[in-house]
Amino acid sequence: MNQAARIPAVELSSRQLKANAHEALNDAQLRTNMRTAMDSLIAKRLAVMPEAEREPLRELGNHVRARALSKLPELLERLEARLTANGVQVHWAETVEEANAVVLDIARRRRARAVIKGKSMVSEEMEMNEALEAEGIESLESDMGEYIIQLDHEKPTHIIMPAIHKNARQVAKLFEQHLGEPYTEDVDELIQTGRRVLRKKFLDADIGVSGVNFAIAETGTLLLVENEGNGRMSTTVPPVHIAVTGIEKVVENLRDVVPLLSLLTRSALGQPITTYVNMISGPRKAEERDGPEEVHLVLLDNGRSQAFMDAELRQTLNCIRCGACMNHCPVYTRIGGRAYGTVYPGPIGAIISPHLVGLENAPDHPSASSLCGACGEVCPVKIPIPDILRRLREENVKPPAAASAHPLRGQGSKYSPGERSLWRMWVRLYTSPRLYRAFSFALTRLRRLTPARLGPWTLNHAPPRPASRSLHELAREHLDHDRRGADR
Amino acid sequence: MSARERILAKLRSGLAGSIPRPDDFEPAVVTEPWRYPDRAARIERLVELMSAVQTRFERTTRADWPTRVLDLLEARGIDRLLVATGMAHGARLAAHIEGLAKAPSLFAYDRPIEAWKSELFDSVPASLTTTRGAIAATGSLILWPSADEPRLMSLVPPLHIALLEASRIQDNLHEVIETEGWAAGMPTNALLISGPSKTADIEQVLAYGAHGPAELVVVLLEDA
Ligand code: SF4
Repeated sequence: MNQAARIPAVELSSRQLKANAHEALNDAQLRTNMRTAMDSLIAKRLAVMPEAEREPLRELGNHVRARALSKLPELLERLEARLTANGVQVHWAETVEEANAVVLDIARRRRARAVIKGKSMVSEEMEMNEALEAEGIESLESDMGEYIIQLDHEKPTHIIMPAIHKNARQVAKLFEQHLGEPYTEDVDELIQTGRRVLRKKFLDADIGVSGVNFAIAETGTLLLVENEGNGRMSTTVPPVHIAVTGIEKVVENLRDVVPLLSLLTRSALGQPITTYVNMISGPRKAEERDGPEEVHLVLLDNGRSQAFMDAELRQTLNCIRCGACMNHCPVYTRIGGRAYGTVYPGPIGAIISPHLVGLENAPDHPSASSLCGACGEVCPVKIPIPDILRRLREENVKPPAAASAHPLRGQGSKYSPGERSLWRMWVRLYTSPRLYRAFSFALTRLRRLTPARLGPWTLNHAPPRPASRSLHELAREHLDHDRRGADR
Repeated sequence: MSARERILAKLRSGLAGSIPRPDDFEPAVVTEPWRYPDRAARIERLVELMSAVQTRFERTTRADWPTRVLDLLEARGIDRLLVATGMAHGARLAAHIEGLAKAPSLFAYDRPIEAWKSELFDSVPASLTTTRGAIAATGSLILWPSADEPRLMSLVPPLHIALLEASRIQDNLHEVIETEGWAAGMPTNALLISGPSKTADIEQVLAYGAHGPAELVVVLLEDA
């Protein structure tokens, strides 16, 4: 088993984003795989989203999400009441431990031995597979991409396309090695192998687990989108269905999902819609012949309420997890998802992870951006990602003890008294004309003392050397010259 | 305090002093770009979008559809069809094959899944279901599985044949939800199906027949 390649627990590697990035940048295969994939996703999105349709829709999507968040507690209660009336059992969890305990409780009561999972990023947050396996319960991913990376003991590197970093050759080797299949790089054959293996598992599973794309308060409905059919299998074949989701996923009315659905599938995959839109409003009724006997919904906080406390950061929770910000991010495209070391990579990962794991455990995430603005521009629900990145950078260099209205876990983890006094000096310099003049005089006259090496900059560039005279001096001279000319 | 109470209390304190946003939902944004002048245009759009993702269309009539269904089964060498024989369309098909020398055997999903799980998974080559309608804007069939046509009928067999009456095609999802009053009562499971099952999880190469049907045929009754 390829244990070395497994992404270690979140807390460990997320602190080493820089080191991870360095390693990723030197992986030519990864860079080719990522570049090709992202280019194609970008082109597909563009092809199905003409601007005239897109912008009013983004505006509406943003309003729908903002309205839902502006009455979140009330909507969660309404959702719970409707679902309960429909026969669904609703559970609340503040932490991933609590959420896993809920799942394990159900599994024990049902004497479950095997769990089959549809794609769910929240279950990745929970590390549910590990929690179940620790209890001797098999927990198998059924989304093709998730299945592939689970075989390789990896974590998803993209929230929509978990195995995007692998090519067919790598998958072929994996199937040959783990499933004893004859080696083939033919994608159709590889998918048929996955289908065959997993069909058996759907039959035998005691519990099906899924995520939720939208939870509709008005009707008590869980809406799931997918292309493969594994989500429908997982939520229909086993006798128990457990859906896990974040507390922010609720929308007020059924019609609210119309714009969001359209934005989601087009932003994510460039598809007008996914193959399946699966709306679940309850367990099997007495007269029905399939569907689960029990349906559970686990509502997980896991730090989301921290983002909720601050009006600016709250917008992070608008996210509908389309992945477009990642696809368009120059940093993500170059370093891939694994380097982030968090469940959510890319721009959305950089703004949500600090709430999930604490800023001290994702100190460099807000800085892993060139602030080019692409993420904010493509985000279908108009999250001002660059502004939030800047805000988090600021929060992370505040003195840790500084009082703030809505403290963030781990804030100030990059605070450095030395750096802070340096910036204070900088401020003094730039606010006092006398000091500034003296400083620029010294800098221009001592220009030859500029060091020849300045970290990574000078690997590819000439060292920056101040000009022999400052712009001020030149301007003044110019003015004097003009005046003399005028006097003459 | 329970987790529920703690979460709700925290969220409420985060909202202290703010007022809920008004509902300014503008239906035109999700309807106007997706309007089609007439039935022909709706059919055209539906066929175009669904064909682009490898859905096959049999354009036929109320009189002819049983023959078409038998033809397409025969072309694939399929001799068993899962169909709700208790519903009108199932009875119609059963009547049609009566007396034919060579015809597929029809059988219904008349037991709970537990009673025949492995048979359903391993030895049902094709199913035929009705649809509630379709959506031109996105190229989607609408299915509300029922006791006669349970959820797995449209998912497990490798070939899914869907009967669609052309008059049931609407412009867009918003229109469907509003005109049919979905918000007033959702079934346990409502589905939009927009093609055969597919995946692009390996190198973004599109492969059909991931976990659900590898083939979807829409039998479109143009005079219904
Ligand atoms: S932040 Fe916006 S672009 Fe990124 S995944 Fe969420 S909704 Fe999509």
